[in-house]
Amino acid sequence: MRLTLARREALWALVFLTIPLAFFLYFRIFPAFQALWLSLYEWHADPAQRRFVGLEHYVRLLEDPLLRRALWNTLLYTLLGVPSQIALGLIIALLLRKVPFGRDFFRAIYFAPYVTPAVAVAWVWSWMLSPHFGLVNELLVLLGIPPQPFLQSPTQALPTVAWVVVWQNLGFQVVLFLAGLESIPRQYYEAARIDGAEGWRLFRHITWPLLNPVLVFSVVIGTIGYLQLFTQVVNLNFTDQGGPLNSTLTLALYIYQLAFLRFQLGYAAAVTVLLFALILLTTLVQLRLLTRRVEL
Amino acid sequence: MRKLLAFYALFFPLTLAQSVTITYWQYEFRSKVEAINELIRRFEAQNPGIKVVHQTFPYDAFQQKVAAAIPAGQGPDVVNLYYGWAPTWVKAGYLAALPDDWARRLDQGFVAMAQAAKVGGKLYGVPTAVRSLALFYNKDLFRQAGVAAPPKTWEEFIAVGQKLTVKQGGRFTQIGYGIAPDGQDHHLVREVLVRQFGGRPYSDDGKRVLYQGEAGLKALSFYTDWVRKYEIGVPGFFPGNNGYRDGFIAGRIAMIIDGSFAIGTIQQGARFNWGVAELPLERPGGRKANFGSFWMHGLTPLATGPKREAALRFLSFITSEETQRFWLEKVGELPASKNLIRDPKLSLHPIYGPFVLSLAYAKATPFVDEAAQRKVMVDAINRVLLQGMDPAQSLRIAAEEEQKILDQFWR
Repeated sequence: MRLTLARREALWALVFLTIPLAFFLYFRIFPAFQALWLSLYEWHADPAQRRFVGLEHYVRLLEDPLLRRALWNTLLYTLLGVPSQIALGLIIALLLRKVPFGRDFFRAIYFAPYVTPAVAVAWVWSWMLSPHFGLVNELLVLLGIPPQPFLQSPTQALPTVAWVVVWQNLGFQVVLFLAGLESIPRQYYEAARIDGAEGWRLFRHITWPLLNPVLVFSVVIGTIGYLQLFTQVVNLNFTDQGGPLNSTLTLALYIYQLAFLRFQLGYAAAVTVLLFALILLTTLVQLRLLTRRVEL
Repeated sequence: MRKLLAFYALFFPLTLAQSVTITYWQYEFRSKVEAINELIRRFEAQNPGIKVVHQTFPYDAFQQKVAAAIPAGQGPDVVNLYYGWAPTWVKAGYLAALPDDWARRLDQGFVAMAQAAKVGGKLYGVPTAVRSLALFYNKDLFRQAGVAAPPKTWEEFIAVGQKLTVKQGGRFTQIGYGIAPDGQDHHLVREVLVRQFGGRPYSDDGKRVLYQGEAGLKALSFYTDWVRKYEIGVPGFFPGNNGYRDGFIAGRIAMIIDGSFAIGTIQQGARFNWGVAELPLERPGGRKANFGSFWMHGLTPLATGPKREAALRFLSFITSEETQRFWLEKVGELPASKNLIRDPKLSLHPIYGPFVLSLAYAKATPFVDEAAQRKVMVDAINRVLLQGMDPAQSLRIAAEEEQKILDQFWR
């Protein structure tokens, strides 16, 4: 049988796709199922001594106050972080479009934090935010505002960590929106101007709807990022991770502590399954709610 | 019979020479890594049949590596671990019990706190060195403030602390004491103050929390008053992983309570005269108490057959008195052997002395889940300091939480 050229190409494409597919199945999907399996056992280093406990760990999930705290904190991080970084990113991208020169310079500056290692960022910020020596409090005092404890206060620590993460992700967000803005054909704006539209209406009816794909991507990726928040939290308060008083504890950090400081890998796996379900669910909901066809 | 012996003499060393390689893991700490390397050289020279592979990991990643490697059959045969981790590791199957004669050796030759290496009556490791807490003080700052000697009682401690605290417009620029609930201070409250005030933090079998009593309340109230009432310090004065120690080294903190393990770092960093004193007491002649701790070497389930023999031989070598003496010189940690501690040269030493004297009455907290139990006490302190909760209420919550952790482990 002779294949058409198109079919032959498709066949080759499938052959090449099997390699990353196998990789994905083995290194991504298989461990996910393994976690599910692990969550049904009491962990022991020797596989022969792992005791089957069924849904015991899932019952424990329901009555674990630390887990509730971690879950609540994680949601707060997401609710604070995602809208802030998208709003700020969009504003900066729109402003950058108006700048006649030095755009690359600004872009590089905004992008720099994103490529700086999170550990270094956390270290520098913990100094900047110090109540007694920090630059931020220095400025507040100049403005007549009393020094704030930031990372040491159980009420301020979480928004402070969220702010550091927003600051760090901002550059990536700006670059995304700039690319999105570039991709909108100029003719639309010209046509609208001829019809008498200006300023806000141009944004409302052309820019915003046509940025939708970028927005969906940002919301989904941003949400997943905040739901998995770990590095900054660990390093901003290294000796009392997730502290003070669990006010910055996230799900990912809790999983890490359970698994690798307390060696309760079975229960940690159950929390992992919960996090997995949470991410899957929010992603599906977001994709459904946010994606829309644009009619011009 | 003779033939059999000849057979053994001929083949046993040979089989050893050919096959036994054991792996030793510890976390990355320069002086310890260098010391172990040197010890391995000596051990291999004495035991031509055994090869020891030494691997290290950053401290933060150490337990993670152990947790992943041993089930995969890739990890260490002999492993270095904090004594407080042992119960967690034993329960999850990461440590193998040592033979009975090792328990006898530990009982007879090692300082009392080394008993904490036993879990459920079985021995799971042996330390080379032990640590205790003492007061580090900045002699130059003391002299400037007209203070002649380190404080002997807590009353003096507070008076000195207040003299050495400088505050400008709501912000501290220098503090008398480096408050660090998540540093060594949770030990200070739990093991030192509770006992000095006439209580006991735990029942003798380590299964019941007792610090919620009168002495415990006095301990927590007194400690948190250092911040709330006397203002001799503030938590988080210096940011960073060991802010209290860094602040001391920077000359901004006049006194800290730290372990003997900090001697090296302070010696290298401090550009001023400093001294070490035994911890202050409730009153002159009052009850002495201290927190003792240690890192121990244990065997993992991977060490089986000839590997186990070789691993035990290596364990015996790195915990011998000779090694302990070498360890003191090279790493600066106090020997774990009763005999060596009695050496007057050590107890009269200006820096080691206060730590060595404290070892006589130091107790190691019977942790079953060190990470969780540490958090309970740190949170108990922080609820009072950061949220203004009544110490009695905060202590009650802590005792309940910790009792749950103990019950969970021993059920």
